[in-house]
Amino acid sequence: MSSEHSQGHDEHHQLSWWRTYVFATDHKMIGLQYGITALFFLLFGFCLMMLMRWQLAYPGQPLPVIGKWLGSANMPDGVMLPEFYNQLGAMHGTIMVFMGIVPLAVGAFGNYIVPLQIGAADMAFPRINMVSYWAFFVGGVVMLTSFFIPGGAASSGWTSYTPLADIATTGQTFWIIGMVCLITSSLLGAVNFITTIIQLRTKGMTFMRLPFFVWAQFVTAFLLLLAFPPLEAAAILQLMDRIAHTSFFLPSGLVVSGQPLEISGGGSVLLWQHLFWFLAHPEVYVLILPAMGVIAEILANNTRRPLSGYKSLVYSVLFIGFMSFIVWAHHMYLTGMGTTISAFFQATTMIISIPSVIILTVFFLSLWGGSIRFTIPMLFALAFLPMFGIGGLTGLPLGLNITDIPLHDTYYVIAHFHYIVAPGTIFALFAGIYFWFPKITGRRMNDVLGHIHFWPSLICMNLIFMPMFIQGLAGVSRRLYDGGAEYAHAQGTLHLNVLISWSAWILAIFQLPFIFNLIWSLFKGPKSNDNPWESTTLEWATPTPPPHGNFVKIPEVFRGPYEYSLPGAKTDFAPQCQQIVT
Amino acid sequence: MWGLPDNAAAHGAEIDFVMLLFHILMLILFIGWGIFFLVALVRFKKTSHPKADYHGIRSHFSSAVEIAVAIIEIILLAAFSIPFWAKQVNAFPNRKDALEVRVIAEQFAWNIHYPGPDGIFGKTDIQLIDKQSNPLGIDQSDPHAKDDFVTINQLHLPIGRPVIIYLSSKDVMHCFSLPIMRVKQDIIPGMSIPVWFVPTKIGNSEIGCAQLCGLGHYRMKGFLTIHTQEEYDKWLAEQSSQSESSGEDSFWN
Repeated sequence: MSSEHSQGHDEHHQLSWWRTYVFATDHKMIGLQYGITALFFLLFGFCLMMLMRWQLAYPGQPLPVIGKWLGSANMPDGVMLPEFYNQLGAMHGTIMVFMGIVPLAVGAFGNYIVPLQIGAADMAFPRINMVSYWAFFVGGVVMLTSFFIPGGAASSGWTSYTPLADIATTGQTFWIIGMVCLITSSLLGAVNFITTIIQLRTKGMTFMRLPFFVWAQFVTAFLLLLAFPPLEAAAILQLMDRIAHTSFFLPSGLVVSGQPLEISGGGSVLLWQHLFWFLAHPEVYVLILPAMGVIAEILANNTRRPLSGYKSLVYSVLFIGFMSFIVWAHHMYLTGMGTTISAFFQATTMIISIPSVIILTVFFLSLWGGSIRFTIPMLFALAFLPMFGIGGLTGLPLGLNITDIPLHDTYYVIAHFHYIVAPGTIFALFAGIYFWFPKITGRRMNDVLGHIHFWPSLICMNLIFMPMFIQGLAGVSRRLYDGGAEYAHAQGTLHLNVLISWSAWILAIFQLPFIFNLIWSLFKGPKSNDNPWESTTLEWATPTPPPHGNFVKIPEVFRGPYEYSLPGAKTDFAPQCQQIVT
Repeated sequence: MWGLPDNAAAHGAEIDFVMLLFHILMLILFIGWGIFFLVALVRFKKTSHPKADYHGIRSHFSSAVEIAVAIIEIILLAAFSIPFWAKQVNAFPNRKDALEVRVIAEQFAWNIHYPGPDGIFGKTDIQLIDKQSNPLGIDQSDPHAKDDFVTINQLHLPIGRPVIIYLSSKDVMHCFSLPIMRVKQDIIPGMSIPVWFVPTKIGNSEIGCAQLCGLGHYRMKGFLTIHTQEEYDKWLAEQSSQSESSGEDSFWN
């Protein structure tokens, strides 16, 4: 009812510039705000990493030109200090996860696409949606500001393990305040997504007719809603430790640099880790599930046939959602865990790998019998499959504690989760951008530039992360300022750092065609019709770009989301909102 | 073996074996999926298969693969991982048969506290800590402390005898890593966590810190020396006599 109301009402009335572009309540504008901000943060986080890669490839050597701009507190004479390296490391992780991928996958794609795919005029709570974006924005600004305060940004890793984080410089306080804003943003968003998906589905859009992307966003929203509050609480406890001199995470008897620490003590170091990972493991699925949702849409569209096992996908994603809450302590096998507890967490970890295998299998099987179009979104989606496969498989030896002993905190871990998040999730998000760009802007992106973006990116991603498995197996620890140059056992694999770093910088160069393509196509790209990919789901049934209120006429849904090549139909796609297939 | 560090511990071969099993499993799955993937892409590209099938493959082969993966995971878990943890991490050798050492980590050094010939660690008190002369705050009034000695970044052990190392930290979290001993254990402030292993090779290697502990984390390196029993006894005698003759000032090795 509310959707009908808002549609009839809003179409006739012009909003001010501020209400349209800045304090917007339209889910599409908020989605775009999220998208642009998140892409900026992704680029920024990537730049931090490229700086670190200089230090790792050429430890202690001055960085030409750029080094001098970064200030003598960070890089005197262009040589990076360990202080700065640790800041870059902590902030790369924080920015990529909380300010890049989650806002892009959930805030941008979720906001823009979910209401369209379920046939709604907007999100259930447009103003909460606006607050959610602005909380994210403020959190991002606080994080960025922390680079410019004395002592610099947070430097205790994105995990902010205590007591190191408790005694760290002021940057850590900024990190906490920034995180509280980002968490608040995610919580508001999650409530909105859950309500929207439950309440605002259009007539005929039953749960089992939801596009898989919406299912993925639905489960993701529950993960955010239930997993983030413990971290928000933990962050505030850590803030109290830092500014009010409580000892939530500080045990008695600490001596720092020969001086006993003036604290009451009695706190627990492991408490922080439990609270942190209780969020941060579900968070891993927050990073991957929306990506899988995007992949499902693009695979079905470009194979021109239904996914081989829609129900398997839905049940798997629900199962992953539940299980993701009881695997967190597999990040903590080496904290002195006994056999019983570690057996529990190993068992749950092996169990959660099964639905992931099922999802990947469904994707692979869906190719069989298709009529595959190698469009740019499809190339990224196809590359996602083996890349996610490598990331997932290499999680197995980390998930069993016997093999975790040598691999824990080595480059093997870095390679494992980057395979999932970089050529996995980020490729899926690129695929999504190429896929939905014509709907969002009314113009198509350039295919040649798309190829120039895709192929080198795929090669570079592998040249970056594959050697890290070798380094990890050799026992090289992560988070070392000199990349392990200090250690004898690392010597055999140090030369790989040069290859990795150059691959990272070349990867950056090949993002330029994408950025250019994005901006150029926005103004000069060939005009697109409403449904350029001949897709079935509801977002393609709107005018292009979708107006305020989205649909000219509220659509009714008659069939499942992926009815491609339906026997007896004239065209090879049967839109969800088309009553009779001719 | 395939890029792993040398193994010099009695339990290391088992870890390496499971590591190998895992990577074989991963390789088989990846190659299997990869072949299916490439065949599907070539066979079903638009030009060679212009009309898609509404019904895809009707085969239970993929379910069989999923079940096989689950079974292999259960085997690895139940036959290797859980028993290994129970016997190597959770259970400890008899203290009488083992050599006991304390490792107290701090930013950015490893203090290694030997109990001396009496085998009993002297009392420590943080009020007695002096950065130069008494980094661990050993209470010299305790009779058991008389023969104790402390080395910095130098861990010496005899071959073939179980060693139990009690890990603790003075300040922040560290992680005690001995790559060639297949030992890695987080050190949690406020806790004393034991690890044990049996060295099987004589030689020198390194102690690494594997948990970010601050600016000097990257150079928080120690040295591990495995001696024959005779050499070790000789080294021990030297250290103990130094400790007794020069009193409190000889903690720096």
